[in-house]
Amino acid sequence: MSGVWFLGARLGRALLMILGVLVLSFLLVRLAPGDPAQLMAGEAGVDDAQYIAKLRSEMGLDQPLPQQLLHYLGQVAHLDLGYSYRNQAPVWDLLSERLPATLSLMGSAFVISSLFGVALGALAALSRQRRRWLDGLISNGALLLYGTPPFWLAMLLIVLFSVKLDWLPAFGMQTVAADLSGFAWLGDRLRHLVLPCLSLSFLFLALYVHLTRAATLEALQQEHVYTARAKGLAPSRIVFAHVLRNALLPVVTFAGLQLGQLASGALLIEVVYSWPGIGRLMYDALSQRDYSVLLGGFLLISVLVVGFNLLTDLACRLIDPRIGAEGAAR
Amino acid sequence: MSSPAHRHPPRPGPLRLALKRLGLLASAAVFAASVHAAPQDGGVLNLIAQPEPPLLMHGVVTHVSTQYVSGKILQGLLTFDTDLKPKPVLARSWTVSPDGLTYTFELQPDVQWHDGKPFTASDVKFSFGTFYPEVDKRIASVFEEYLDNIDASQPHQVVFHLKKPFAPFLSLLGSGLRPIAPEHLYAGTDFRSNPYNLKPVGTGPFKFEEWKRGAYIKLVKNPNYWKKGLPHLDAIVFHVIPDGSSRAAAFERNDVQVLRSGDADYSDLKRLGALPGVESSDKGWELYSGLAYLQFNTRKPPLNNPKVRQAILYALNRPFIVDNIFFGAGKVSPGAFASSSPYHDPQLPQYGYDLAKAKALIAESGVDVGAVRIRLLNGEKGGAWERLAEYTRQALQPLGFKVQVVTSDAATWFQRVSDWDFDLTYNFIFQIGDPYLVNAYLYRTDYILKTSPFANVGGYSNPDVDNLWSKVADTPEGAERTRVYSELEHKLNDDLPVAPIFEMRYPTLFHSQVKNLLQTATSLNEDYESVYLDAPAP
Repeated sequence: MSGVWFLGARLGRALLMILGVLVLSFLLVRLAPGDPAQLMAGEAGVDDAQYIAKLRSEMGLDQPLPQQLLHYLGQVAHLDLGYSYRNQAPVWDLLSERLPATLSLMGSAFVISSLFGVALGALAALSRQRRRWLDGLISNGALLLYGTPPFWLAMLLIVLFSVKLDWLPAFGMQTVAADLSGFAWLGDRLRHLVLPCLSLSFLFLALYVHLTRAATLEALQQEHVYTARAKGLAPSRIVFAHVLRNALLPVVTFAGLQLGQLASGALLIEVVYSWPGIGRLMYDALSQRDYSVLLGGFLLISVLVVGFNLLTDLACRLIDPRIGAEGAAR
Repeated sequence: MSSPAHRHPPRPGPLRLALKRLGLLASAAVFAASVHAAPQDGGVLNLIAQPEPPLLMHGVVTHVSTQYVSGKILQGLLTFDTDLKPKPVLARSWTVSPDGLTYTFELQPDVQWHDGKPFTASDVKFSFGTFYPEVDKRIASVFEEYLDNIDASQPHQVVFHLKKPFAPFLSLLGSGLRPIAPEHLYAGTDFRSNPYNLKPVGTGPFKFEEWKRGAYIKLVKNPNYWKKGLPHLDAIVFHVIPDGSSRAAAFERNDVQVLRSGDADYSDLKRLGALPGVESSDKGWELYSGLAYLQFNTRKPPLNNPKVRQAILYALNRPFIVDNIFFGAGKVSPGAFASSSPYHDPQLPQYGYDLAKAKALIAESGVDVGAVRIRLLNGEKGGAWERLAEYTRQALQPLGFKVQVVTSDAATWFQRVSDWDFDLTYNFIFQIGDPYLVNAYLYRTDYILKTSPFANVGGYSNPDVDNLWSKVADTPEGAERTRVYSELEHKLNDDLPVAPIFEMRYPTLFHSQVKNLLQTATSLNEDYESVYLDAPAP
């Protein structure tokens, strides 16, 4: 019963948060100057006030702002994200076309940064007493990665691995006009993923390293770890069952929080590597004041972030069942 | 991105190394070049379409990338060679009656649209009689005044009957912005939201195959192209690469073979142009003749005073702007019309850099130019334009101006300039041959509109100038028309509602394996029917 209450409360909070993001982002994009109808007419080379008025009317921009907001919220409640007049396509079609690219980039970067970050962080902490040089190498290396701007690092990787060494592609998600299939197709996609994924991973890898290292060092000082050692448990069992399990709690919480940052980092990486993801779509939508695409993007990202945080809450509860128990007791 | 489909220069093999050691490589290359002098069929040409086009039909959108892509799919009646002489495309020949009232076009026979339907005179009549008057109000107003009717009673002949002569008529039909629209796919539809704007059907050498938004647009060879044996290329892929440094890296790797002007930063052009196997050329922009200008809002004091505007132009060191801010990518503009235009008067007085004269003009005007702060609205056009705005602020300080540079993103700039909410701003236009077709909109009273930054947003109005614009339209080509244009250019040079800064040079960088790239006055937007990739030397 307490589990259901926990889940229900978190879900309710998540929905409220998404509604808040939607209203705020709607008002924010409307506050920015720039008229999408005028921009579209300009691209068409049209000096026709009537045409601009017609476009504004079709887009609903001639209505009062509160009415536009209510209309939009009603639309979203019916799972309709609207229509992009500039792209002449429904917003959901545009987003769903780009979603796999962003998810593959964010997903692979998340897996690589968290797995390697946790492993290296734990290794650094465990090496602190006997192999201090290794701890120093990992900690300082992570600090260097953290201090390097991702877009600059991305450019350096392109210059080194694409331009100079010619090992990896410099842009895009696939080789166009190559008619690949099967493993060749998969290999081509993976080759294109390597540099963008690494560029995005490095920043977060550094954060995981430092967080895990600190949490592990703290866990190593706990009394139950001394007890386990005194009982003569195998060192590996002590590390995995008693140290890392406790050390992972802040790391998992952090993983949930960083998804939003990962999405904004993905935007930069998508631009540098011409990765056709959601971030690029939103960047273009912003410059064209394509409100419906922009709001659809905000909504999708907020659903992803809130959803991921929900999963993090559940994961934390699995790791430490005491979390949320006080709520159930009330 | 690696592109196995196009031909990379090979890495040196053992034979090549041996030849090199023997000093025979140069002679072998000469031999190879002579063997491969004939155009080669096959291969994929990789280009960059940046920014990504909104639509792919350049009849409804004048977006620069739309023209670049769509120009390979859809064709117009004619194009222009580098001397701005009309050349046949879908019209194989044409005649103009001595009174300038009848234009008769003989169309190419045996032309099919990509969906197999025949191309006929009816498509041309539909395009100019219905399609363009609907999507382009400028052409609509010209046609309303000048066009009587279009006769398409013969399947391969179109006759335009005019009410009165209109000298730039051929330029209007063949500017590269007026492809023929397929009547069977557009008639009776909303032209702007027609689905074929996203998957165009044309008569050109390449057919639309796929558009993966945010990534690439792929065109493939039209096997039924009406010119037998053409095109040479199997496919053209336009990659969408938003970051300038990434575009430069892609070009350096030969993943893309052509860099248009603007694809890379001005500061990077010299380095990229010096790469082995890379060629650079300014050809192919003759029709467009880009003009960068300083737009005054002539409604607002002190900019409503012509002497103040003249003083500003004298205070700007334009050779410095071209050489140091734009890294030599242009030349100082001599007047309101392009220096290459037959209508530009070489005797026009020039505004050389002269600070003393500028100060004298300010004194003469009797205006306290420092009384109000002047906002220089700077749009997001790239680093050079930001440097230009900052330079302008500094250059006008000695005259007593208090200039504030206000920088905004492109959308905000577009709206504020369209709504006349600025004092000064930099902008540029493509002049497209006859000044009546583009330049006129910056000056004519009937184009004081709140619709786009390319109308008369400065609010300049001079009945004499309006009359002269009408006169150049009505006067047949010849000495009298040139004289009227000269008079007009002198008036604009004195009133100076718009300060011409420099004529933009558009260097195109391309890998030397790409042949026949720059053949006409609109080269990069051409149909690429004769472009081919040279086989690498053995």
